[in-house]
Amino acid sequence: MDDPLIVVALLLVAACATAAVAVRDPERQALVLAVLGTALAVLFTVLQAPDVGLSQLAVGSALTPLLLMLSVRKVRRRERGKGRTR
Amino acid sequence: MMSVLPYLVAVWIFLTGCYGIVTSRNLIHAVGCLAVCQSATYVLLLAVGYRDGGTAPVFSDVEPGSRPVVDPVVQALALTDVVVGATVTALLLALVIQVSKRHGTVDPDELSELRG
Amino acid sequence: MTRRVRRWVLAVGGAGLAALLVAACPALPPFGGATHPYGDRVVHESLARQTANTIASVNFDQRAFDTLGELGILFASVIGTVVLLRQTRDERRAAPEPAAVSLPVRRYALIVLPVALLTGLYVVAHGQLSPGGGFQGGVVAATALHLLYLGADYRALENVRPIGLYEVGDALAASGYLVTGFAGLLGGTAFLANTLLPYGTFNTLASGGTVPLLNAAIGMEVACAVVVLLARFLDQAVEIEKESGS
Repeated sequence: MDDPLIVVALLLVAACATAAVAVRDPERQALVLAVLGTALAVLFTVLQAPDVGLSQLAVGSALTPLLLMLSVRKVRRRERGKGRTR
Repeated sequence: MMSVLPYLVAVWIFLTGCYGIVTSRNLIHAVGCLAVCQSATYVLLLAVGYRDGGTAPVFSDVEPGSRPVVDPVVQALALTDVVVGATVTALLLALVIQVSKRHGTVDPDELSELRG
Repeated sequence: MTRRVRRWVLAVGGAGLAALLVAACPALPPFGGATHPYGDRVVHESLARQTANTIASVNFDQRAFDTLGELGILFASVIGTVVLLRQTRDERRAAPEPAAVSLPVRRYALIVLPVALLTGLYVVAHGQLSPGGGFQGGVVAATALHLLYLGADYRALENVRPIGLYEVGDALAASGYLVTGFAGLLGGTAFLANTLLPYGTFNTLASGGTVPLLNAAIGMEVACAVVVLLARFLDQAVEIEKESGS
């Protein structure tokens, strides 16, 4: 394994994954997860797996963060609403 | 060392995700950490299937047999799981929303206090 | 379990698991090695059946039964989400107020929308030839539709997205996959066996026997599933709220 590109992509993915866990605010975590999804897509492409890279790009950088953001919004809205009626 | 680096990265991602799930104070955050754990399995699978100097196993523009190709089996496994995993994440988030409706909180610690 | 005890359990269990996993790493085949017995056989079989994209051949021909299982998980989790996120008795729908969208965003979204939709359909259609297929193209096409939410507003999205139709489409795609499988059974061989249709010419759209059919069924299934899921979440996040005073 002498391909430095693979090493760089692997380390980038590891760093993004660590950041995604370390960021505690779910709204920001969704953004970091989108970055992680993109980094994974790059890694998969470098590992000669364009199919997986494509699906990771569509799912990891768009769909999952979107679902997380919508859930955060729903939960926040409920908590705000509760504060108002109290 | 270099021949096991991708596997070690997969182990690192998986354990970080587990740490995140256990120490999470917010169920939505925990679901995000579970997504991190999932990505460790993709890294592991694709690392097992990689071949030095190999190209993608797609023969629409490569003459069959002219170049070595990487393992397509693990790629197919990872590919289906990426999409199906996202829908399972959606199901988990739906459960989180339901929990928030029922109990008014998404903090796992407060939830266990409510039950006890 | 208190926070402290939980941390200790995590530390002990995590350290043990880490040690075992790291010890297992050297026993795995070395990264980049040249021996891939399964891969070589799969490539051989795929070329024998005139499927240019080996991965599509694995998913929709050689391991088509496994993909049926994945389809089941997908279908079940969509049903679960729909049931969990339905409007309950103590909730009401509040129409969201239309918000002003800045002109560049609107223009960008409306230009990209048809391009993204077409890309998704292209990726589905060429699944047996080039990287892509039902799983990826379905997600791209379904998320493309939601650019309308960015470019116009929620009302416009609801108008082009009769949700019942997509739920029916989801079920139809899943049964289409099953019917193709049973057709293989009736054709005299086995469930989901790729022996029914001629394999066609290598590297053309109509190659690979039943691979394009199953691929299209998965594409429709995934696209409908993602649209339904996002619709439920958007409903919850934007429209449905708890009835005040209850």
